[in-house]
Amino acid sequence: MGRWLTSGRVFWLGLFAVTWLLSQYSFQLYKALDARWIIRYPKKWQLPLEDSISAFLNWLVETANFYFFTFRELTRAIAALLEAPYQFLRNLLIEGFTTGYGDSAVQLAPSLGWVAVVVCAIAIGHYARNWALAALVGACFLYLAIFGQWHSAMITLASVLIAVPIGAVGGLFLGIAAYRVPWFNRLLQPVLDLMQTVPVFAYLVPILILFGFGPVAALVATVVYAMPPMVRITILSLRSVPEEIQEAGRMAGCTRRQIMWKVLVPSATPSLMVGVNQVIMLSLNMVIIASMIGAGGLGFDVLASLRRLDIGAGIEAGLAIVVMAIALDRASQAFAERSQRSLPDGNLLQRHPWSSTVLLVILANLVLGHFIPALQTYPDAMTLTTGPFWSDAMEWINVNFFDTFEAVKVVVLQGLLLPVKKFFSGIPWAWGIIATGLISWRIGGWKLGVMAALMMAFIAASGLWGKAMVTIYLCGVSVLIATVIGIPLGIWAAEKPAAGRVILGLMDTLQTLPSFVYLIPVVMLFRVGDFSAMIAVVLYALAPAVRYAAHGLRDVPEQMIEAGVMSGCTKRQLLWRVKLPLATPQLLLGLNQTIMLAISMLVITALVGTRDLGQEVYIALTKANAGQGIVAGLSVAFIAIVADRIVNALAEGQRRRLGL
Amino acid sequence: MNQSVILECRDVWKLYGPNAETFLNNTPAPKKGDLGRAGLIGAVRAANVQIFKGEIFVIMGLSGSGKSTLVRCLSRLVEPTAGEIHFEGENLLNMSDKELIQIRRSKMGMVFQQFALLPHLTVLENAAFPLDVQGVPKAERLARAQEVVELVGLKGREGYYPRELSGGQQQRVGIARSLAVEPDLWFLDEPFSALDPLIRREMQDEFIRLQNMLHKTIIFITHDFDEAIRLADRIAVMKDGAIQQVAKPEELVLNPATDYVAEFTRHVNRAKVITAAALAEPLSGDSFSGTVPANATIETIGDRVEAAEHPFHVEQDGKVIGQITRSAVIDVLVGRR
Repeated sequence: MGRWLTSGRVFWLGLFAVTWLLSQYSFQLYKALDARWIIRYPKKWQLPLEDSISAFLNWLVETANFYFFTFRELTRAIAALLEAPYQFLRNLLIEGFTTGYGDSAVQLAPSLGWVAVVVCAIAIGHYARNWALAALVGACFLYLAIFGQWHSAMITLASVLIAVPIGAVGGLFLGIAAYRVPWFNRLLQPVLDLMQTVPVFAYLVPILILFGFGPVAALVATVVYAMPPMVRITILSLRSVPEEIQEAGRMAGCTRRQIMWKVLVPSATPSLMVGVNQVIMLSLNMVIIASMIGAGGLGFDVLASLRRLDIGAGIEAGLAIVVMAIALDRASQAFAERSQRSLPDGNLLQRHPWSSTVLLVILANLVLGHFIPALQTYPDAMTLTTGPFWSDAMEWINVNFFDTFEAVKVVVLQGLLLPVKKFFSGIPWAWGIIATGLISWRIGGWKLGVMAALMMAFIAASGLWGKAMVTIYLCGVSVLIATVIGIPLGIWAAEKPAAGRVILGLMDTLQTLPSFVYLIPVVMLFRVGDFSAMIAVVLYALAPAVRYAAHGLRDVPEQMIEAGVMSGCTKRQLLWRVKLPLATPQLLLGLNQTIMLAISMLVITALVGTRDLGQEVYIALTKANAGQGIVAGLSVAFIAIVADRIVNALAEGQRRRLGL
Repeated sequence: MNQSVILECRDVWKLYGPNAETFLNNTPAPKKGDLGRAGLIGAVRAANVQIFKGEIFVIMGLSGSGKSTLVRCLSRLVEPTAGEIHFEGENLLNMSDKELIQIRRSKMGMVFQQFALLPHLTVLENAAFPLDVQGVPKAERLARAQEVVELVGLKGREGYYPRELSGGQQQRVGIARSLAVEPDLWFLDEPFSALDPLIRREMQDEFIRLQNMLHKTIIFITHDFDEAIRLADRIAVMKDGAIQQVAKPEELVLNPATDYVAEFTRHVNRAKVITAAALAEPLSGDSFSGTVPANATIETIGDRVEAAEHPFHVEQDGKVIGQITRSAVIDVLVGRR
């Protein structure tokens, strides 16, 4: 008994017991002491942050003046700068080029025909890798044409094509600046941290106010969202260029500029391309979300049909997003892995077989499309629709399995969700702050403790304590379930290579899907509410738990396993006594990622009616209340940051204990 | 050997840690203990070296002895904390970035331990890289690169990328690149340490072949004493950032300056280092079996002397300076001496 009761265990048990008691009896306590402040943060202590932020933004838009130009002129200039290429791409892909307005409009040139676009896609696929990829990418684009998603898909594609170069090049330059200038790097790091944790909706609001409703605002939001990972990857990959290669450049007599552009950047290109792939996928994800502030396209179709509860149309548009995500992801990944090949000899046509073919097809399409409209616009008569099929299927499932689903839902709600919700909601805010501080202090030292307590205090002072607790509870339950499912899957994937290929491949695909897509089937099957939100979050956050578990187990040094085998371990002992303990740091990193993804997804699940911080942000978005949106967004970010630091400190401690 | 000094470093220090410069100003000649108390690490301590034109100067020491840092100070890849480095009479440390770039572009070449080839360039483009950054026209630089690539025996592999080559071949590219600008001063930082023993031997032979053609001034870093005595005209032994002794290989073995050097040289195959001159003794008889040159190592003459009945003459510059006996040779061969 005495040995079991170490000081660490006493601390954790005590902390939990106090929290549980306070949570259970906070209401009685308030009644007995007649102190309402115990369960509710007093209104008069609330910080007026919301109003001041809103007022500041108002001032910025209405009166701010930088001597030569007003702030409004600045945002308009940025908007115009983005608008021009965007409009050009829209003309190229969808509307065609015209001159004049309204009835007097004269068409100068039609848009690219669907045949030309599909051939382009195939060419890119083959150029990036091989015929297999070409077939995949081509099939994806054909799908868009055949299933009648062409128009929306091209709008989405146009946004992605504008956002990606800006995000990638901007990220590259910011990363280079941070790599070169230490103080800029110190300045940038916390901003990047915050950008990665603030939910996307939160910065939709100020952007909406600054740039107005429409595609340009959506583009700005997309670029802002997709750039931070590129910055990080740039810094990281420049730093990981071997010291000697840099020295070789210096000894060759390179100037600073030559070192950067002739030595560092080309050497880091493979990892930089991974960053570009990330930018593409994040842009697509954001373009879909940004349909709420007027981006249009596939995301808008999904949103609209979700609102109409038009199941078939929702799934169709959702599948189109999936198809596009897969095409973009595979093609850009292939580019990242492409090795340099020497150019073949010959004249211009022979040296660039694909460019010339594509050019020819475009021209032919242009001319022939004039006479045969079917080549220009995919004929409506030939489109297939799977909408009714999906609707019927859903109906069938709902008719035949309604009771089963309902039973599962009720059991999980009653048995898990509601008790946990009650526990978290009951914790008095003051104790919540103290407890978070204590936990962080115990794990990561007093600095982390103070920081965590301050951040929680900010949430309470913003009057968002109740909603924050709902966020934590939903996130906690989802992460728990994702981990319980994900880690065994990861172990399975690591132990059985054949199963591993299937599982990890599936997880890769799951991760490329824009978060929005997850909502569709969930809402169809379980309608709105906490349970649906939880399922969507679990699906979205599952991938890192599986991946890191598999990775961690595979990384256990061969010698350790051999030592275990030679000591006479059974398979089970080998797993529990050798592999899992050594893999804990990796498992914790996976947990960290799972939490981050869960939090970012939670905000999106506000669309299916959770009453957490995500809803607060979403309400702010619909009311265009920047102050409310930013404060709620910061609260979400703070929860994410505290969770991230705690889990990282745990992982770090574990690594040190294992001497890794 | 032409005795003109091409590179000289005077009292060079490189300290890592906070406020290293201020510390060194206040304490001009700190001991190791002083550094430790100040929280500093002495990577190079009070290094004084003269490099003569045309010689192979080997800096040798175990890992962490500061040899890599010293050579980076000499090429100013690392900024020394204190000291002077004179290259052809000019202090490198006073040069502006621009002048330094100019010197590196025309007079220095360097070969790296991990090859440090640019992964996105072919063999030929890698070799042409130093010319590329100088803005030499494409045709001209590729022609010159072709020359050096052929010089190191990689003809036929010009279009390969580094990842398609073996380690030994990659280092040949590294050597070709460093020779492309025809440097006066050639730094080699453990060039063969990352290679397999057999390949290492082959590359050393290749290196000797190249040097016999090119007659560069070479600063060669290694942790392998056998490699050092095979290649060096002179060797500097380093320990904990300080140079223990600078001497010819034979001197190092026969008269080690410190216990550390003695310990280091104890297990060397002495027959490879000791020359006939070192064993020469006054003539004692009239019958001699033959003549050996004074600078021949025992390894090369051992068999002959040992098999013969009488001692050999030791001859230097056409004059007999003494005799070498069977027993003296055997002493060396069995390690008695």
